[in-house]
Amino acid sequence: MQFGIFTVGDSTTDPTTGDTPTENARIKAMLTIAQKVEEVGLDVFATGEHHNPPFVPSSPTTMLGYIAAKTQRIILSTATTLITTSDPVKIAEDFAMLQHVADGRVDLTLGRGNTGPVYPWFGKDIREGIPLALENYALLRRLWREDFVDWEGQFRTPLQGFQSTPRPLDGVPPFVWHGSIRSPEIAEQAAYYGDGFFSNHIFWPASHTAKMVQFYRQRFEHYGHGTAAQAIVGLGGQVFMSKNSQDAKRRFRPYFDNAPVYGNGPSMEDFTSQTPLTVGSPQEVIDRTLGFRDYVGDYQRQLWLMDHAGLPLKTVLEQLDLLGEEVVPVLRKEFAKNRPADVPEAPTHESLVIAAAGATRVTDATTAVIHEDLDTAAAIAPAGAGKTGA
Amino acid sequence: MAERTLAVVSAGLSQPSSTRLLADKLATATVVRLRDEGVTTRVVTFELRDYAQDVMNNMLTGFASPRLETMIEAVTTADGLIAVTPIFTTSFSGLFKSFFDVIDNRSLTDQPVLIGATAGTARHSLALDYALRPMFTYLHAVVVPTSVFAASEDWGSGAGGLDSRLATLPARIERAAGELAALVASSDRSTRVPDPFELPAGFNPSGFGPSGGPPARQ
Repeated sequence: MQFGIFTVGDSTTDPTTGDTPTENARIKAMLTIAQKVEEVGLDVFATGEHHNPPFVPSSPTTMLGYIAAKTQRIILSTATTLITTSDPVKIAEDFAMLQHVADGRVDLTLGRGNTGPVYPWFGKDIREGIPLALENYALLRRLWREDFVDWEGQFRTPLQGFQSTPRPLDGVPPFVWHGSIRSPEIAEQAAYYGDGFFSNHIFWPASHTAKMVQFYRQRFEHYGHGTAAQAIVGLGGQVFMSKNSQDAKRRFRPYFDNAPVYGNGPSMEDFTSQTPLTVGSPQEVIDRTLGFRDYVGDYQRQLWLMDHAGLPLKTVLEQLDLLGEEVVPVLRKEFAKNRPADVPEAPTHESLVIAAAGATRVTDATTAVIHEDLDTAAAIAPAGAGKTGA
Repeated sequence: MAERTLAVVSAGLSQPSSTRLLADKLATATVVRLRDEGVTTRVVTFELRDYAQDVMNNMLTGFASPRLETMIEAVTTADGLIAVTPIFTTSFSGLFKSFFDVIDNRSLTDQPVLIGATAGTARHSLALDYALRPMFTYLHAVVVPTSVFAASEDWGSGAGGLDSRLATLPARIERAAGELAALVASSDRSTRVPDPFELPAGFNPSGFGPSGGPPARQ
């Protein structure tokens, strides 16, 4: 199981001091946070993508490329990459480049974006959000998997014999997660390809997340990528901790009450009871997070939102220390208990390379036509099972 | 005996409220009409004041609290809806509009709706036709032709009747209830099981044309 951080990249005024970080300070803080993720023993750093202030991360692969050079181990990811308004050719090239720079420590989460004007700014129509996500991803997959692509679709200039460059590292595209809060079409898309499904769980009741994940799992099985229990699920989460539960509530309350997304709305107590937000001791965070498994099943990736609502960098780094020292080691141990042996880990570059090598041998031996998703299907299948995939 | 459910939403603020009084009279008249047609009606009545904070929290956070979710479910799955608001500053009250702003804009499609409003004078009665009716039309609800407006003076009017010289409040209520009852009687809405994960017809996850089988092999 992977644990990590996802950041929206908002530059928000600290309500306790009135200080607003400059863009430069916020960007540097994000770079510091990413390195801290590795230092405290977490597995994933993921950044959002935005094209309007007060959000700073418009160029995720630039940021992740720097982090790649400063880290050795963590996976560099996104939450999310805008598949609707970005050219799939540029996404294919940017993330293949990042794979080479980062020696494969790359995956990405695709999303449609929730800022209406971004669509017209990039020449698109928000009413076509779902068709854009479907068609652009279909092209992105081909660009990574075929050396020369002939393409004609509804949304971008046709391509004849186009080769995106560089080619994916070791011939293996990065693993893709699809993120959606409320659109079954996206869960269906993730299931269809055998890709991961990321539920940004943090502003929605658990019952809703449970149903979406259940739907994705059933459809994953329907499309023949494995059993429902073997589908690849990631969840968002949101925590604030102090050693003592009351201190956590007292310290976080001004940030909660003024947060851009839920401030001036429900009380922190109501919000924490209705969503996964947990404000309390490390033990409370452990208990709550372990509870996620009760309604989504054994899953592969847990990301937390930690640096938002104007929390100062120093506080965020302290929170990461608590996560790394007191929370995640316990979660690793507890999540491993009773986890069925055939529930896979999230695919990594290494597992995908091994799966692709296995698939090539099968092709050589049988000259069978290989399912284009075999790389993913085989990488997430338990050892010894489903060798031929298609 | 056939059974139907009728939801009543009142945005009155005072206690007692003439808006709630009108809502109750409309509901009672509708239940009587349905009984005459052999239909038993279960009425579920909600005062929006009781949900005011939940409605505003939903607007701010994007999701309904459990109690508001239960209430929205009861309203949107009913065979008919009676929606009554006081007129504030020439239109529906902000609370009334906020409630219909936070529910899914597809959830009232095809629902039979009777609209009503109250105010101090009859000068505001057209608000039913320039504010409430277009809103429910946008939501693809089926709004019955007669809407009922009660000004303060209407509460002192006589029984009237369909052949009366003037169509008084009770006569308007009777006519509106008859129109709603006919639609509620033929509704199967409360027995439908909605599938929140239903995909659009012909949906193809690869983005091209109607869906075939598994992903294209190549």
